[in-house]
Amino acid sequence: MTRPRQLGSFGRIAALARKEAKQIRRDPSSAVIVLFLPLFLLFLFGYGISLDAASVRLGVVLEERGPDARSLADAYANAPDFEVLLYPSRAEAERALRANELRGFLVIPPDFSQRLHARGSWPAQIHIVTDGSQPNTAEIVANYSQGVLATWSTQFARDRGVASTPAISIEPRFWFNEDLRTRYNLVPGSIALVMTIIGTLLTALVVAREWERGTLEAVFATPVSALELLASKFIPYFLLALATMAACVAAAIFLFGVPFRGSFLAILALTAAFLAPALGQGLLISSAAKNQFVASQLALFSGFLPAMLLSGFMFEIESMPEPIRAITAIIPARYFVTGLQTVFLAGDVWEVLLPVILKMLGLGAVLLFFAWRVTPKRIA
Amino acid sequence: MWARILSLIVKELLALTRDPRGRLVLVAPPLIQLFIFTFAATLEVRNVDIAIVNLDHGRWGREIVARIEASSTFDEVIVLSSVGEITHVIDSGRALAAIHIPQDFSRDIEAGRTAHAQIALDGRRANAAQILFGYINRIVAGVGATARPLPVLTDGVVRHWFNPNLVYRWFMVPALLAMITMLTAIVVTTLSIARERELGTFDQLLVSPLNQTEIMLGKVAPGFLISAAQGTIFIALAVFAFGVPLLGSLPLLYLAMVFFLAAVLGVGLFISAISATQQQAIIGAFAFIAPAIMLSGFGAPVENMPEWLQAFTMINPLRHFLVIVHGVFLKDMPALEILSNTAPLIIIASITLPAAAWMFRARTQ
Repeated sequence: MTRPRQLGSFGRIAALARKEAKQIRRDPSSAVIVLFLPLFLLFLFGYGISLDAASVRLGVVLEERGPDARSLADAYANAPDFEVLLYPSRAEAERALRANELRGFLVIPPDFSQRLHARGSWPAQIHIVTDGSQPNTAEIVANYSQGVLATWSTQFARDRGVASTPAISIEPRFWFNEDLRTRYNLVPGSIALVMTIIGTLLTALVVAREWERGTLEAVFATPVSALELLASKFIPYFLLALATMAACVAAAIFLFGVPFRGSFLAILALTAAFLAPALGQGLLISSAAKNQFVASQLALFSGFLPAMLLSGFMFEIESMPEPIRAITAIIPARYFVTGLQTVFLAGDVWEVLLPVILKMLGLGAVLLFFAWRVTPKRIA
Repeated sequence: MWARILSLIVKELLALTRDPRGRLVLVAPPLIQLFIFTFAATLEVRNVDIAIVNLDHGRWGREIVARIEASSTFDEVIVLSSVGEITHVIDSGRALAAIHIPQDFSRDIEAGRTAHAQIALDGRRANAAQILFGYINRIVAGVGATARPLPVLTDGVVRHWFNPNLVYRWFMVPALLAMITMLTAIVVTTLSIARERELGTFDQLLVSPLNQTEIMLGKVAPGFLISAAQGTIFIALAVFAFGVPLLGSLPLLYLAMVFFLAAVLGVGLFISAISATQQQAIIGAFAFIAPAIMLSGFGAPVENMPEWLQAFTMINPLRHFLVIVHGVFLKDMPALEILSNTAPLIIIASITLPAAAWMFRARTQ
């Protein structure tokens, strides 16, 4: 009997990783998931998710048709953010608001000019009605409308020589994003989301499939240890995910024009640190679930949705209630979002990047440790 | 025929719920998600740190600092001694904004001129920064009005209809109801079929006396029943646990939900028809779910998208159903409006379901 060639630990990991790489190459769906899917998603998110209100449909009801009321209505019609539609009555505008045709409407009441010219005793009121069922948009509509009104009244006062020099003005400067393009913040956030899908979902599925099919049992009959097994799964998917990341960064810069002020070294360090917990989570899910149905549900609910809602990508973490803020601390995407936004927009601010990288590595160590613990060492 | 379909449905439901872990993932995560995400989502900006450099020696600079310190929006007010320190607090993310009050600030005000203050905001968090600027602007305008009262000519009175206090939960719970039932419907149908194909038990069904329509019905029904049950639980929770007003017609909401689920199940079935393995099915499901959620108007309004993408979202069932759930819950939407938003769902369902059936036939023959 010829003894099989003895391999060291590294040799075994390399052999298994090679096997894994072959498997990935053979199944075209893996290629789809690592290259086509991320770019497809990033493309849609980059164009689709924008908080810059481009044209808010706003109704205007003129209950008074004097020159002042008309001039104010014109000011709204000329404002860049509004698409103004005139309605003959409040009732008509109400119906349109209920039917989702408008995001809000203004009413200029019958006593508008009278109060405006009475000056002082009572200010001339206009009513700004928004669709509160979309709170975000409602707030924007209210703020924009107030802004247009304020500008118009200052002009009105100035034209008539009324004292109008305000005591204080405050000038904002938005650093790193002068023109406040939300796309610049949202594209790096979308990359974190896409990478979570790739890192966690793909590994969770692939390894769960092996459990389901029982092919892992064959591996247990060999001298391979649980640790070596995990390493052999980790390495190929780590490399694949790096390739995906490269494609995403290229798309962000060249397709969406997001400024890239940091260095490639920084983004590489961030990505590598992020992949530790992302892949660790996938491996843990698959080893715990051992079936693809449960694994995919878990990946969806513990990976994708938290990365979307609890990462600071859509909602501010600091504004969340305390217990939920505590939960966000264990969501790797949260740190990745912060890190990516900094590398893209601000540059290599290591004071931000280093803590974020260390936290991701820490989470990764914990998740990989648990993945190792739940991976059985031998056939039950 | 009905008895055969019924027994297939019972078998499918048993297959889904037999495994305790499978049972658990159908019930626990959706509920946990509903609670966590509902409370996580808020539009306010709170607990942020802000930095101030006050180089003014007069009373108005002090007044601004005092009012900022008294505001409950800020967690910590960092007092800086020079303008040069601003770069560091903003770059490091230590403060979201830094206010700079220059030397002649009070003197300008006393002299009847406009005094200029500057504020630097962290554009990496553009949305929060914008909201915060709104808050600070209001505080500073208050100080300005105290320093020099001007005649107020106009006043915009804001009313938020359907949700007067802009309680974000009222928006979030109906949206999550739509999103999570969609996820369940997709995952259950797509995976159960793909699993049977992978294990070869689907072929056994094909040689049984059931015809293909019966098999399809049997496969679609469990996903439908489970997600409709989940939807019902969520509606009850929305009203009784989260206090979301349900002003519109519940029967019409259910009617719309039936077609929404039919449309979604059609997509799920189509994905499972074209995929050979569970892995492909799950990837296909994700390729549908992620864009469906992101392009539904949930995170960002549809009207902010470029025209071509807005047209593309017409095929997204979630987009139409979101309008309906928000409309029925909060706006007491008229029946005609509900139906006109249900029509696209009916169209999507009547395309995806037959397409999936055709695909199945093509793949099994």
